[in-house]
Amino acid sequence: MKLLGLFNYWVFAVLLMIGLAALISRQNLVKKIMALAIFQSAVFLFFITMSKIENGTAPIIQAGVDNQVFSNPLPQVLILTAIVVGISTTALGLAIAVRLYEEYGTIEDNEILAMDRKP
Amino acid sequence: MNLADHLPALQVALPLLTAPLVILLRTGFLAWLAALLASLVSLGLALLLTAAVLETGTQHYAVGGWAPPFGIALTVDGLSALVLLLITGASSLALAGGRQSLRLDIDNRRAPMFYGAWLIAMAGLCGIAVAGDAFNVFVFMEISSLATYILIAAGRDRRALSAVFKYLIIGTIGATFYLIGVGFIYMMTGTLNFADMALRLNDVIETRPIIIAAGFITIGLALKAAIFPLHIWLPRAYTYAPNAVTVFIAACSTKVSIYILLRFNYAVFHGNLLGHSDLFAVFIIPLALSGILLASAIAIYQVNLKKMLAFSSVAQIGYIALAAGLASQAGLVAALLHMFNHALAKGTLFLCVVAFVLTSRSATIANLHGIGRRMPWTMAAFVLAALSLVGVPGTAGFISKWYLVTAVMEVPGWGVPLVVAIIASSLMAVVYVWKFVEVAYYGKAPGDDTAAMEVALPLRALIWVAALSNVYFGLFPQLPLALAQSGTSTLLGGLN
Repeated sequence: MKLLGLFNYWVFAVLLMIGLAALISRQNLVKKIMALAIFQSAVFLFFITMSKIENGTAPIIQAGVDNQVFSNPLPQVLILTAIVVGISTTALGLAIAVRLYEEYGTIEDNEILAMDRKP
Repeated sequence: MNLADHLPALQVALPLLTAPLVILLRTGFLAWLAALLASLVSLGLALLLTAAVLETGTQHYAVGGWAPPFGIALTVDGLSALVLLLITGASSLALAGGRQSLRLDIDNRRAPMFYGAWLIAMAGLCGIAVAGDAFNVFVFMEISSLATYILIAAGRDRRALSAVFKYLIIGTIGATFYLIGVGFIYMMTGTLNFADMALRLNDVIETRPIIIAAGFITIGLALKAAIFPLHIWLPRAYTYAPNAVTVFIAACSTKVSIYILLRFNYAVFHGNLLGHSDLFAVFIIPLALSGILLASAIAIYQVNLKKMLAFSSVAQIGYIALAAGLASQAGLVAALLHMFNHALAKGTLFLCVVAFVLTSRSATIANLHGIGRRMPWTMAAFVLAALSLVGVPGTAGFISKWYLVTAVMEVPGWGVPLVVAIIASSLMAVVYVWKFVEVAYYGKAPGDDTAAMEVALPLRALIWVAALSNVYFGLFPQLPLALAQSGTSTLLGGLN
């Protein structure tokens, strides 16, 4: 039960590691950007899980209802911002990949480095 | 409330709001002028804030009138003021001196966008310095990083693109690690405000998430601060960026990451986590030492002047990290002083590189033979700043090296070996600087051309102002010293 209760955190850790491993091992720049997106999504999941409590609702006070349990809205707001940051990073990374393709004719990191080395 | 009360907010809002206006301007010259003016006004604001901090202590500002911990707090203490001066000063220097060089590097059509990105980068860096809570630091860090990637990739050198891609990947990993750490802390304390965090951390010190958080935050920020061996993005990014951009980012962007690293590890963790200072020292001092020695050694073998200075930056960041890792009052003062003094020296050196590249179109040392006889004024300024980099008495670099050696000597048992490492690295700095100075003065110019080819007077004057400030702060270090001491007391005493 304890393992299942922490299910989201396990997914967070696994996603984080998948992203990081792909970032290190892939040479293709677009795959690197995809790995970066997975890496960042893991953190979004972590923050959202943190704020979730059982039977929690949106923090709106309703007339005539007692004993309301609210989910903490703050981590969700934080993640809204972090998602925007993540999208900007992905967009900029892809834009740079496009520019690299225009200049070098390839998006493989090792090929680009090899071309840089021979002047 | 008069305008002076809003200084911390204006420091960020002014460049951030000027950026879209700059983009609307049609020509590169107007955009540059507007960006320079905004940068100079920001420098003025930073000076006013510094004066206020020195007079009345830490400045607090509640955004929108919502008091912390519910509202967003901006806090400016001696440490933030020091960093603000660095950012706005470096930006003004680079913009003022970089006009000619940037006109060659950037298309006139795209120049307004470029200067807009420049102001956004500056606003982000200033935001990190004034922010009083951990999440805003993350947001501002990403704002400044994204804008910095654009600045580095904006030049004509295609190698900048692959360099910036690497920087983007590593920078984002660093920022995401930081965010994970902040998440763990928020989970345990329920607050993002630095001051609140330091108070509430006491109740949960023994829990594992806090220790994990400390690890994630320290590694993430060390990536951003380019502490050896996490510096691999730095040399290529500095080398292939447009020259004026290098002046700006070399002087301040890694320093800002170190600033936030110190703020977390001292103001928040130090004194709350048991044995944290020892762990931090064990983690950072070996890295700093290898950075000091290896990066200096690598710098000797560089054939590109910019790359040589970039590796020298990695070594200098090592000094700052070493001093910070000592976890003593003297060590922190030395770290903060060296942040300031290294920015002065490196800013001047890279500004000289701007001038060299303007006249000889190359930053490769082989193409710069005889440059000292052809550009005597610029080269003399280069030598002056290089002396400060080495740490010769009478220059700013000497003051911080002196404080560093004094702080290191206090370490029981390890004092002498550490001093030996510092001296060895300083000697290596003499070697790599001399390698360039020698060929610049005594080398045969390509094509045996000895005609003088100095840059225009305004740039030369600016280079000399920057070079002389190295001497000025070497003889009268009161201002950075006062800020470093006030910063140290807030770091060690928690935020109050």
